[in-house]
Amino acid sequence: MSAPILELDNIFTDIAQYHILHGVSLHIPEGGVHVLLGRNGAGKTTTLRTIMGLWQAKQGAIRFRGEDITKQHTSDIARKGIAYVPENMGIFGGLTVEENMRLATLDGSFDQDRLQRIYTLFPALEKFWNSSAWSLSGGQKQMLAIARAMIEKRDLILIDEPTKGLAPAIILNMVEAFREIARETTILLVEQNFLFARSLGQTVAVIDDGRIAHSGTMAELVEDVALQTRLLSLSLDAHQ
Amino acid sequence: MNQTTNEPHAQTRGGRTGRLIAYGLIGIIAICLFFAPLLFPDVRSQEVAARICIFIVLVASYDLLIGYTGIVSFAHTMFFGLGAYATAIALKQMGPGWDAVIIGGALGVGVSVLLAALVGLLSLRVKAIFFAMVTLAAASVMAVLASQFSDFTGGEDGIIYKVPKIFSPATKLLTDENGKVLTIFGVKANGKMAAYYFVFFGSLILYFLMLRIVASPLGTVLEAIRENEMRAEALGYKVVLYRTAIFCIAAAIAACAGILRAVWLKYTGPETTLSFAIMIDILLMVVIGGMGTMTGAIIGATVMSVAQFYLKDLMQLASEATAGIPLVPDLLDPDRWLLWLGLLFILLVYFFPAGIVGTLARKGHHP
Repeated sequence: MSAPILELDNIFTDIAQYHILHGVSLHIPEGGVHVLLGRNGAGKTTTLRTIMGLWQAKQGAIRFRGEDITKQHTSDIARKGIAYVPENMGIFGGLTVEENMRLATLDGSFDQDRLQRIYTLFPALEKFWNSSAWSLSGGQKQMLAIARAMIEKRDLILIDEPTKGLAPAIILNMVEAFREIARETTILLVEQNFLFARSLGQTVAVIDDGRIAHSGTMAELVEDVALQTRLLSLSLDAHQ
Repeated sequence: MNQTTNEPHAQTRGGRTGRLIAYGLIGIIAICLFFAPLLFPDVRSQEVAARICIFIVLVASYDLLIGYTGIVSFAHTMFFGLGAYATAIALKQMGPGWDAVIIGGALGVGVSVLLAALVGLLSLRVKAIFFAMVTLAAASVMAVLASQFSDFTGGEDGIIYKVPKIFSPATKLLTDENGKVLTIFGVKANGKMAAYYFVFFGSLILYFLMLRIVASPLGTVLEAIRENEMRAEALGYKVVLYRTAIFCIAAAIAACAGILRAVWLKYTGPETTLSFAIMIDILLMVVIGGMGTMTGAIIGATVMSVAQFYLKDLMQLASEATAGIPLVPDLLDPDRWLLWLGLLFILLVYFFPAGIVGTLARKGHHP
């Protein structure tokens, strides 16, 4: 396995009086899709937000390509090449699709090759380029959120539950898009949808009650039904 | 990738019609303001027209803060006053020359930007309500200082001064073949007209500058910050720096509006520049016009200024016309004009909840 692009070392995060993360340690290798699975309230979103500096870790260290980014400002972390696609899509509804995309560029100009790739993956964005983002459907908003993370070369994209609330047909199409993105970028994907996650992930970590309960390859977890049942309260067989 | 079948909502016919109405109103106002010296040559109307020009700039610059970036500040009149007082003091001390206008104006703008940067960097990190309180305190301090340092500022009485000679009513702006001042449609092309067009074109340049700002990438970032600070940060934008930058830009533009006010009035005092009543007027104009719509400033400033200057006259006429009806003339007594102004404001807010331009153009679209 390649050297980790991102390391979380014994991270503790509190939100107000609540202790959410209790010593989370993760090693995300460079390249491919890596999945963080867990139930609602397990600490998945908090982990991503802590990486982005949106919530400060109380203890522990976060290293990106070996550099400690634990105390860095969110905008500085983003400028290092980490993109974040939040759970609620994170688009700016009052702006057009074009303005949303332009915001994610480094200098306000588009790399035409990248833009063409995005149009190929998400033709709706080209069609509704000058429309307000609020007028897009839920699936199109999710496409926009993901496309925004792709418009510049990023080293790491953090994606929080991209399938939430989307129709199964759109979810299947999103698998294709993520495979395309993963060819040049490392993805850390937070999910509850195990079927979606297993079709993409090379490695998987399961978080429960703010602690990493398991980490390994996705293939191991897919093979081990007992482990799935113990960690996720599900069996893959039952979902097929 | 397959697409969902949902199409973005088409712009409604009503929205298009509304925008056309808004643009039509703005066109009429622009024409009236451009030809104001010819169309409305009396002193009072000229004063209203000049006030509208200056307040369009002031309101639009405030809208950069509240409408485009989501910053609530009560210090806008402080910057307006700094521009006006610096110009006024320079004209008083240095004499009525362009050097005084330029040096005084530059000082006013410079001090405004410095103060804005200081207030912004120190307090734009905190919650909106605390920032609003800081700006309110700063504006109050400035008003007290203007009152206390009466040797420079004239205290509560303000300062009267002379302006560059070209703005003197005796100046012949244009002359006929006999060397007499040219008369256009019965109006003399004198220094008063020059002063009005100084205000008009000064305001126009500042307004176009603001249109350029909101149409630029900076404007898009500001709108993103207003919508969701955290998302903007996560895209790599330093929100505090952007908010401070726009606070400084708005302060500089407000100070420039103060320069225009000082030159137009030939008088600067607390009541004309620094008073909290002006801050309330600005807020009302932004709300009436529509927040986050640069064009709303034109309609808001016009509606409020015209109402403030002419509602009394209108009520006088209405009161006389209804003299035979019991109770009605009392209700329409010109002394009750503030009551009717308040009622007008309530009706405007009720029928145009997003402001006149905002409601006409449909929410979410910035004409």
